[in-house]
Amino acid sequence: MHSVISVKALNKKIVTSSEKSQQESLIENPIVFETDDLNLWYSDTQALKNIQLPIYEKNVTAIIGPSGCGKSTYLKTLNRMVELVPGVQTSGTIKYRGKNILDKSFKVEELRTQVGMVFQKPNPFPKSIYDNIAYGPKIHGIRNKKILDEIVEQSLRGAYIWDEVKDRLKQNAYGLSGGQQQRLCIARCLAIEPDVILMDEPTSALDPKSTLKVEELIQELKKEYSIVIVTHNMQQAARISDYTAFMLNGELVEFTDTNTLFSMPKDKRTEDYITGRFG
Amino acid sequence: MLVESKRSKQKPVQVSKWIAENKSSKKSILLLEKSIPYFLFFIAMISILTTVGIVLVLVTETYEFFTRVSFLEFFTGKVLRPLSQNPEFGILPLINGTIISSVIALLVAGPIGIMTAVYLSEYASDRVRRVLKPMLELLAGIPTIVYGFFAFTFVTPLLREFIPGLGATNILSPGIVMGIMIIPMIASLSEDAMSAVPNAMREGALALGATKLEVTFRVIIPAALSGIIASFVLGASRAIGETMIVTIASGSSKNFTFDLTQSMQTMTAYIVEVSGGDAPTGSTIYYSLYAVAMTLFCFTLLMNIIARYVSRRFREEY
Ligand SMILES: Nc1ncnc2c1ncn2[C@@H]1O[C@H](COP(=O)(O)OP(=O)(O)O)[C@@H](O)[C@H]1O
Ligand SMILES: [Mg+2]
Repeated sequence: MHSVISVKALNKKIVTSSEKSQQESLIENPIVFETDDLNLWYSDTQALKNIQLPIYEKNVTAIIGPSGCGKSTYLKTLNRMVELVPGVQTSGTIKYRGKNILDKSFKVEELRTQVGMVFQKPNPFPKSIYDNIAYGPKIHGIRNKKILDEIVEQSLRGAYIWDEVKDRLKQNAYGLSGGQQQRLCIARCLAIEPDVILMDEPTSALDPKSTLKVEELIQELKKEYSIVIVTHNMQQAARISDYTAFMLNGELVEFTDTNTLFSMPKDKRTEDYITGRFG
Repeated sequence: MLVESKRSKQKPVQVSKWIAENKSSKKSILLLEKSIPYFLFFIAMISILTTVGIVLVLVTETYEFFTRVSFLEFFTGKVLRPLSQNPEFGILPLINGTIISSVIALLVAGPIGIMTAVYLSEYASDRVRRVLKPMLELLAGIPTIVYGFFAFTFVTPLLREFIPGLGATNILSPGIVMGIMIIPMIASLSEDAMSAVPNAMREGALALGATKLEVTFRVIIPAALSGIIASFVLGASRAIGETMIVTIASGSSKNFTFDLTQSMQTMTAYIVEVSGGDAPTGSTIYYSLYAVAMTLFCFTLLMNIIARYVSRRFREEY
């Protein structure tokens, strides 16, 4: 069901599997997030227009599109971080596991405990590596030192950074390289065992080697987590995602499985974008 | 269109020629440019030399004092009777008064200052902050004599309603008022430190499901700790050096006691009292001024060193 296409294959638009089987896989996977008719305004400017988009469980969904098209905005509505911007207004529904999260009665802290986020620029806390990971479990009431120790190790292992930091857990996280910091932030996210992980261009501040590591990590993580990743890098989307959504000017132009989107885009605008004619 | 065509006909300015013409005047500017560092160095030396001079005077006069009163008597003596027939010069009552009043001030200003800073930095909207912060800083500009008057004529009578044994002059009231005085300083400096914590930290914590309170107390305050502690130390230093409030509201009893309802004297108030009276030049009591001033200087110096150390030691990198 999942396959990686190389850049070459992308350019040649090789059709790797039949459309029919993909349609089936679309139906099979349980849906985590169901976005319906979502509109969002920053004060007077509309940033999202009638977005209709499912996010499938234990898959990687990539959101691509030119800068300013609303990718980050959409991602941030999924954990309602977008509310931090004063004057934001939304309409429509986003159902997370069947419940509308845009409903004001939906507890935002609970949502964010289930839906973790990794930011564009690594943002560890100015604390030790250990405390960075333990922060989440602690605010959710875990006090037992032994359990915390276990969570820290498990999360760091889960983010493939344990071996690099196990001897310096008490040192400040800002002593780590950018790539390590980003994996630490992923580990911090894993420590509260979320259901979904949102990533906003998580590799854009990293060098190619660190980028590769994070991409490999994402491949591992999708066995247990549903991942939504915003990327401006089409090759990255093609490499790591199962589904891809293409956005333009606040609208969702096309959403389908990654193979189809890159090999047989239905919309002319998608085709123009992935063949590099604009963006 | 017309204007543009006109302009294009004009001869373009010959920049290189213009620069060449100005070369001669440029020379004198260069000379001035060269002499400026020396001039500024001289100006800077004025304040440095003054400080050195003051310290030198303090040291020599203090030395003179210790030829008359032993070091041990001065620093361990619990009795201060400079004007008595057989005078005693123990500084402990003054140190005691200074520390007690400063501790009261910090106990008042610390929590209120921090909470004010938390409100301004984390909860207040931009509009509210833009109004409140300058107001807060304005409070810092009130002359201390006004605070002293406020302590003596308002706070002390008010406190006496609740604490019957409270003297007309006491250390509690000026301590509290000194606390009120340093709230703006602590609040403002702590707010600076908290606002300097990048928003990415707040977002990182919120994204983990933290509430605003958890973000504030477990991320922002720890990250801003160096600045907050530095503000406390500077506040303490300000309280230790504060003179008018305690002079007016705490009286001049040189009690060595821990009873907050009593009148006590601080080092600063002692200096005011003695230099206000007529201490004959060359008398022991005259020299005691310098010894007390020197001790006070060491106290505030120590505070400033601590503040520096703390802000370096706890500096968070982000
Ligand atoms: N905090 C904000 N306030 C006002 N407008 C914003 C804000 N953030 C983003 N926008 C606007 O919303 C649109 C989408 O932005 P964004 O979601 O960041 O795009 P992308 O992530 O695809 O580059 C842009 O036009 C941008 O100017
Ligand atoms: Mg973005």
